[in-house]
Amino acid sequence: MATERITQPQPLVPNDVPAATAETILSVRDLWVEYATSRGSVRAVRGATFDLHQGESLALIGESGSGKTTLGLALVRLLPRAAQIPRGELDYCKGGKPVSILAMDQGSLRRYRWEECAMVFQGAQNSLNPVLTIRDQFFDTVRAHRRQSGREIEERAEELLKMVQLEPDRVLQSYPHELSGGMRQRVLIAMSLLLQPEILILDEPTTALDILTQRAIIDVLRRLKEQLGFATIFVSHDLSLAAELADRVATMYAGRIVELGPVNDIFYRSAHPYTGALLDAVPTVVGDEEKLTSIPGSPPDLRTLPTGCPFHPRCSFTIDRCRTEEVPVEWVSEHQQVACLRWRELRRERRSGASTD
Amino acid sequence: MATTALAPESAHPVLTALRGAIGAVRSALQALSYNRAGMIATWVFIVIVVISFVSPLVIAEPPPDYANIYAAPSAVHPLGTDFQGSDVLAQVLRGGEVVLIVAAVAAFVSVLISITFGALSAYAGGWVDTVITGLADVVLTIPGFPLLAVLAAYLRLSNPIFLALLIAALGWPTLLRAVRSQVLSLKERDYVEAARALDLGTVHVLFREILPNMRAYIAMYFVLSMTGAIYQQVGLYLLGFAPLAGDNWGIMLNLAWYRGAIFFKGSFWYIMAPIIAISVVQLTMVTMTRSLEEAFNPRLRKAG
Amino acid sequence: MPALIEVRQASQSFRTRRGVINALQDVSVSLEGGEVLCLVGESGSGKTTLGKMIAGLRRPTGGQVLFEGQDIWTASHEVFARYRRAVQIVHQDPYASLNPVQRVRDILAAPLERHGITKGRATLERMREILTQVDVTPPDDYLDKYPHQLSGGQRQRISIARALTLGPRVIVADEAVSMVDTSIRVSLLNTLLRLREDLNVAFLFITHDLGIAKYFGWSGNTAVMYLGRVVERAPTRALIAHPHHPYARALLSAIPEPDPELTRKKAKLLLRSLEIPSLLDLPRGCTFHPRCPLFETGLCDDQRPELTTLPDGREVACHVAVRDLLPRASGVA
Repeated sequence: MATERITQPQPLVPNDVPAATAETILSVRDLWVEYATSRGSVRAVRGATFDLHQGESLALIGESGSGKTTLGLALVRLLPRAAQIPRGELDYCKGGKPVSILAMDQGSLRRYRWEECAMVFQGAQNSLNPVLTIRDQFFDTVRAHRRQSGREIEERAEELLKMVQLEPDRVLQSYPHELSGGMRQRVLIAMSLLLQPEILILDEPTTALDILTQRAIIDVLRRLKEQLGFATIFVSHDLSLAAELADRVATMYAGRIVELGPVNDIFYRSAHPYTGALLDAVPTVVGDEEKLTSIPGSPPDLRTLPTGCPFHPRCSFTIDRCRTEEVPVEWVSEHQQVACLRWRELRRERRSGASTD
Repeated sequence: MATTALAPESAHPVLTALRGAIGAVRSALQALSYNRAGMIATWVFIVIVVISFVSPLVIAEPPPDYANIYAAPSAVHPLGTDFQGSDVLAQVLRGGEVVLIVAAVAAFVSVLISITFGALSAYAGGWVDTVITGLADVVLTIPGFPLLAVLAAYLRLSNPIFLALLIAALGWPTLLRAVRSQVLSLKERDYVEAARALDLGTVHVLFREILPNMRAYIAMYFVLSMTGAIYQQVGLYLLGFAPLAGDNWGIMLNLAWYRGAIFFKGSFWYIMAPIIAISVVQLTMVTMTRSLEEAFNPRLRKAG
Repeated sequence: MPALIEVRQASQSFRTRRGVINALQDVSVSLEGGEVLCLVGESGSGKTTLGKMIAGLRRPTGGQVLFEGQDIWTASHEVFARYRRAVQIVHQDPYASLNPVQRVRDILAAPLERHGITKGRATLERMREILTQVDVTPPDDYLDKYPHQLSGGQRQRISIARALTLGPRVIVADEAVSMVDTSIRVSLLNTLLRLREDLNVAFLFITHDLGIAKYFGWSGNTAVMYLGRVVERAPTRALIAHPHHPYARALLSAIPEPDPELTRKKAKLLLRSLEIPSLLDLPRGCTFHPRCPLFETGLCDDQRPELTTLPDGREVACHVAVRDLLPRASGVA
C-alpha cells in the first residue's frame, strides 16, 4: 500500500474566486470531507469550491468513488457518522445574507433541510414509508415543520402532484407499493417541494428507471424548475442527464472538482482530459456509427491516491510534472475553471450532433 | 495463501468434504477474529479442551478415601472430596473429556445429516423436498428430551458414542431447515446459474459453489449444536439414564444429587465445580457463535 | 441449412400468487454463427427471460428452442449437453456473478477439467491463454486472486473468460456492461467485439441502453421487445435511423443524449400514457395501444398485430405502421 502523501489538506481552490454575488444562493469554499475507515482516513471530497445561483441547475458528474454523492450529502450535512468536514466553508445565502451551514445547530439545520434545501436520495423510490398513504406522508412532512391547515396542505399537494403529472385523487390515497417506481420518484419530487425550498438536490434521479420513465422525470423537473424557480443540484454518473438539464456542469474525479463550467463549454469545449475522455466513451443514440474510446485503468482507490494529478495514471497526455505537482485550479474563461497543467494545449472543440441536421 | 501450480484436483467427494471442513475451521477462526469477545472465548475454549483431554492422561483416577468423605476444600483437596472421599478437582479436570467428545460427535453427526439432506432437499426440490421436510417436521414435533430420556433408559447405552448418536438423531431437523433455506437462496445466485450453463454437475454445484459459501454459517450451527448436546447429555446423566461409569461432569452432578451432598456444609464446591465447568464451556461457545453471527454481516467482513 | 439457434413461437409463463405472468409470448428469433442480435426493451419486456431461455437455463412453457434444427428439450441428452456447452451466459452484476470463495484459477479450471478439455499443466496454459484473450494481463497476476480483490470491470472480464472456457458458439450477454463505470465500459465492449471477430462467437446482447446496442450491434440486428413480445426487428443501423414501431420510435426519441444541443432539440414522440400495463393484466389487442400515439379505436384495441415481414426484410408488429409501409397489403382487416 502506498503511503499517504498529504498530511495536511492542501488548498485546491482556484485563485481569485469571485465573491458571492446577490444571485448566489449557496456558496461552497474549499470544502473537504473525510471518512474514518478501519484502514485510515479517506478524503472523499477535496477542496470543493463553487457557487450555486438562484434558479440555476448544476450537475455534479463523475464515476463511482468520485465523491459526488458525498459532496451532495455534505451540502445538507447528512453525512454518515464516520464522516467529518475538517475544513471549508458552506454558506446558504438567502436574501444576500450568508448563513454558515456548518455552524448551524440541530434546530436550524432541520429547518434548512426541508424548507430551504430539500434532497431526494438515490433509490428514493424505496424510501417512502410502506405503511402510510401518500396523503399521510405529505401531511407529516408539512406538519413536522409548519402549522398549516389540512385544506392548505391538501391544495398544495394536489397542485404539486399535477405538476409532476400524477392524478392527485388516486395517488394521495395510495400506498407506496401501489405505485410504480417512476410514480414514486415523482411523488418524492413533489413531496420535496412541499415547503417551497430554494434548492433541490437530486442524487441519481433517473438511475435504474426505464427510459420512458426517465424521460418523464426529466420533463417534469424541467417544467417544475421553470414554474417554481428553485435551484437544483444533480448528482449523476449519467452525462446525458447533465446534457438535458444542467446549466452548469462540474466534473469530479477522485474527490476533486476537476472541471466546472457552463454546460455547452463542458460538452463542446472541455479543457480537462478526463471530461473529454468521458465524452468520448459515451455513445449518442441518433446519428451514424461512432468511434468510442475507453479510458485505460480504473478509477483510483481513494485510500491510495496517485501523487500529483490523480488522473495521471490513466491520462494519455501525462508529462512528468503531472506525476509530481499538485495541480492548481485555473480559469479557462470567465465561467469555466479546470485543474489540469496542460489545459491550454488540450482544450478541444467538439461539434454537436445537432449542428449537422 | 499457499497455492500449487497445478489446477484443482478433480473433486473426489471425500477430498472435497475434507477441504470443506478445513476451510470451515479456517473461516470460522477468521470470522472470530473480528470480535474481541469472540477471540477471547475461542482461546478459553481451546484451553478447556486441552485441559480436558490432557488431564485423564496425566492425572490418575482419584482413589476413594472413606475416612475423608465430603471434606471441605483444603490444601490437599482444593475443592474438597466427594461421597467416597475422592478428590473433586481431579474429577472436574478429568470429567470434561467425555462430555466434549459426546457433544462434538453429536453436533458433527447432526450437522452432517442436516447439510446432506437440507442441501439435497433444496436443490432437488419436488417430491424429494416434500419427503425430507416432512420427515424433519415430524421429528421436530416430537418432544425431544423426554423421548431421549425414554430411549436412553430403554436402550441402556453402554458407550457414550451411542449417546451422541442418539442426541444427533433428534437434533438435526432445526439445522436442516436452516440449511435448506440458505441453499434455496444461494442456488439462485448468478454464479450458480453460470455453473449450470457450464454443465459442471450437481455435485460440483453443491460442494464447490454453494456449501463453501455457508462455511461460517455451518460452523456457527456446529457450535450451537454442541451446546445443545451438552445440556442434553448432562440432563440424561443427572437423571441417571446414561451409563454411570468414569469421571464426567454429568455423573458428578448425579452422584452429588443422589448421595445427598447438599446436606454437607463442606460440599459447596463439590456441587458447584461441575456446574461452573459446564457453564463456562457453554458461555464460551455461545460467545463464539455470537461473534460468528456478527461476522455474517458482509460489511464487517469487508472491513477486515 | 438450419439456423444455429432458432426460437420458434416460444412462450414462458410463471405462476404466482396473484395470477399467471406471461413473461414471454410467441417469440420467434434466430441467430446465425457469429451474428450479433441485440435485445432492447424496458423492465418487463421479457428480454432477460428470452436470454435465459436461449442459454438453455429455462424451459419454455410453449414453443421450441432449436439448435441446428433439433429441439433441445426433446432431443437426446447428448444434443442438450452439446447445446449447454455451446451457449454461455455473462451476467449483469459483477458482484454476484463470481463465487466469492473461489479464486480465478478455480473458476476457470473447473469447466476445463470437468469436460476433459485440458488436464494439469495444459489447464494452466489454457487459463493463461483465455485470460489474455479477455485482456486480463499478465494472467499470472490474477490466477490466485479472489473476486473481492478485483475491480468491477476485471470481474466482468473473468465472467467472460469463464464463458469462453468451453469454446462457446453463442454468448448471451445479459446487461453485461451496464453496471460498470462509464470509463471502463467501452473497453469491455471492445473486448467482446474482438472476441466475436477472433472466435466467431455469436452474441445475444441484452441491454436497455440503445446507445450501447448501437455501438455493439452496429453490424448486426436489433429486436425491440415490449411486454413479452418482439415488436420490431431490423438491422441495427436501419432501426436506429428509421424505427417503424411507435414504441421503438418513442424509445429512441426519449433517450437523453450526451450532447446538450442535440438532446434538447430532439423531437419527442409523446405517449398517451406514462404507465406500463401489468404483465398480470395485459391490454387486449396490441399491448401497446393504451400508450400509443398512433392508436386507432376498433383496430388496435381489438386485434393483436402479428410480426409482419416487410419487403426489406425488417419485421414490425403494428397495424398502422405496416399499413403505411405496405399500402397494398391486405394483412390488416
